[in-house]
Amino acid sequence: MDWRERVAAEGSRGDRTGHFEREFYRGIYLIRRLEETLLELFAAGRLSGTTHTCLGQEANAVAVAFHLTDADVVVSNHRCHGHYLARTGDLEGLLAEIRGLERGLCSGKGGSQHLCAPNFYTNGIQGGIVPLATGMALAEKQRGSGAIVTVFIGDGTLGQGVVYESFNIAALWAAPLLVVVEANGWAQSTPTPRAMAGSMRQRLEAFGLPCGMVEGTDALEIHRAAGAAVGQVRETGRPAGLIIRTQRLGPHSKGDDSRSPEELETLRERDPLPRLAASLDPEQRRAIEAECERRLAAALTATEGPL
Amino acid sequence: MSTRCAAALNAALAEALERWDETLLLGEDLADPYGGAFRITRGLSTRFPDRVLSSPISEAALFGVSAGLALRGRRPVLEIMFGDFITLGLDQVINHIAKFREMYDEQVRVPLVVRTPMGGRRGYGPTHSQCLEKLLVGIPGLTVVAGSEYHDLHRLLLAAIASDDPVFFIENKLLYSRFQQRGRDGRLGPFLWEEGDSTYPTVQLRAADRCSVSVVTWGGMAHLARQAAEQLAIEHETMIEVLILSRLAPVDLTPLLASVRRTGALVVAEEGTLTGGVGAEIVARVQHEAFSSLRGPARRVAARDAVIPAARHLEDAVLPQVEDITDACLAAAAGTEH
Ligand SMILES: Cc1ncc(C[n+]2csc(CCOP(=O)(O)OP(=O)(O)O)c2C)c(N)n1
Repeated sequence: MDWRERVAAEGSRGDRTGHFEREFYRGIYLIRRLEETLLELFAAGRLSGTTHTCLGQEANAVAVAFHLTDADVVVSNHRCHGHYLARTGDLEGLLAEIRGLERGLCSGKGGSQHLCAPNFYTNGIQGGIVPLATGMALAEKQRGSGAIVTVFIGDGTLGQGVVYESFNIAALWAAPLLVVVEANGWAQSTPTPRAMAGSMRQRLEAFGLPCGMVEGTDALEIHRAAGAAVGQVRETGRPAGLIIRTQRLGPHSKGDDSRSPEELETLRERDPLPRLAASLDPEQRRAIEAECERRLAAALTATEGPL
Repeated sequence: MSTRCAAALNAALAEALERWDETLLLGEDLADPYGGAFRITRGLSTRFPDRVLSSPISEAALFGVSAGLALRGRRPVLEIMFGDFITLGLDQVINHIAKFREMYDEQVRVPLVVRTPMGGRRGYGPTHSQCLEKLLVGIPGLTVVAGSEYHDLHRLLLAAIASDDPVFFIENKLLYSRFQQRGRDGRLGPFLWEEGDSTYPTVQLRAADRCSVSVVTWGGMAHLARQAAEQLAIEHETMIEVLILSRLAPVDLTPLLASVRRTGALVVAEEGTLTGGVGAEIVARVQHEAFSSLRGPARRVAARDAVIPAARHLEDAVLPQVEDITDACLAAAAGTEH
């Protein structure tokens, strides 16, 4: 049962007080713990290859996923674990893929940044997924499925020309496409101001994509903005954008963080997770955390394959 | 009744649009009354207005948009106006389109055809005349087809569109105005004619029962190879077999190997530049499989490693000509070291 279903189920039992916040917290917490665990496994030499964790950005994935239906399509990038988990809850399949196991999503051929599952696709080439997502959205429209396509990109990826060709085509041909820019202010080691001229928002609006913007890091605020953006695409059948000012709390990849401890401290203050945690009943919060830890431990045990 | 190659291709596209609702044509300037830079889609946007889309000048995105359509159950046929422009889309081809099926462990297919004209001899100059198939043949997961007037182009293109995997369909520009050349009862003009029965067959033209050289070629060079075969027979009493491939990747060299075992000599003729060309791969494979059958070194005919000039006399000096093929065949027939 994914967290959307839990919210629905719990809601229908009449106990609505805080249930939404709890489930949102559960979604974020599970992703956080998976990402932390992956970095630990790497540090311990128990994973090979590479990974990009979404520490600090989890709420974006959970918020958007909440508003999508099973028929909707999600297209993501190198930093995709959160998007996948929020969408599917499939911890074991993801972990198996990252660990290179036969039972991974792609039998270990894809690894951390090349995932595929029904209605879910990621790839490791910055920007290259945006025209794909546009084509997928056009296909859904032609088939009359009513599904929309959400593509997640980072702010650094706005440096790629093909992104703008895609915005143009998406607008011209009315693709039901939501472009979510997770603007964490960095691209690998390059701060966004060193790579981006002009206005991020205007880059989308110039092509006729109405563009929402979330400046704060309150999880529920992100949730509301995501709802508005998804709703806009669904109602109009046309592309729209959502820029979320977010923060990457971990390294770009495994150990490559060129930012100062002071800057990281400031970023940690923006982390939505502790704030959401503080709003919950402590006992219920601990129960959620314990359940996530159990699930993670079970998935780790189940995927303990040759490394 | 003889059909021009352009009409055969147009008819194949029309048939695909009729038969399969999920077929879509995308590309620059496809819509009527223009009907594409080489007029191959003429009439189709009038008949299928929702499924023939003139696009912005955005090759990179067009490859990706087409792939996205294909991943979600459509059957797009993308026209790239000049083969030279595929470079804009190679990221999509190499890192997306050709990868998905295997990278995603068979969870998806990408039924996409990219049609594009290649080749020179029209004076279009350095950026509108190239044969760039060598950039495509080494990409795992990609099928590369290059038809000629000797192949049933209607059937060939329809097969590509029916395929559930990505196919590059290369059309030499000079084909468009030529008539289809199809053999009958084992003969085509003065030649013994044979065509394999695979989806993408190799056509063989043999000047006689016993020949002394095998020439393998494809696309626009097939026309020159046939002329060379006629000249060699008449002027030099040298009989050759011409093998015209239609699929360059993955390539099936079975008919060529059988031919080389008969003739003992190999010439590869391609219009693209020599270094790193498709011919190098073919020669490597043939010598590995049939080394003991070869009387002498295999020979290659290709464009010089140079920019293709616009002026016709300069262009002629860069692109391979009929004489280059006849010279190579005479040397190969003699089995000399050159
Ligand atoms: C075409 C391409 N260029 C470069 C890279 C290497 N690379 C991977 S992630 C990354 C930074 C991306 O920044 P951004 O889009 O802001 O996303 P973030 O990593 O911040 O989530 C780079 C340069 C790549 N994967 N693909």
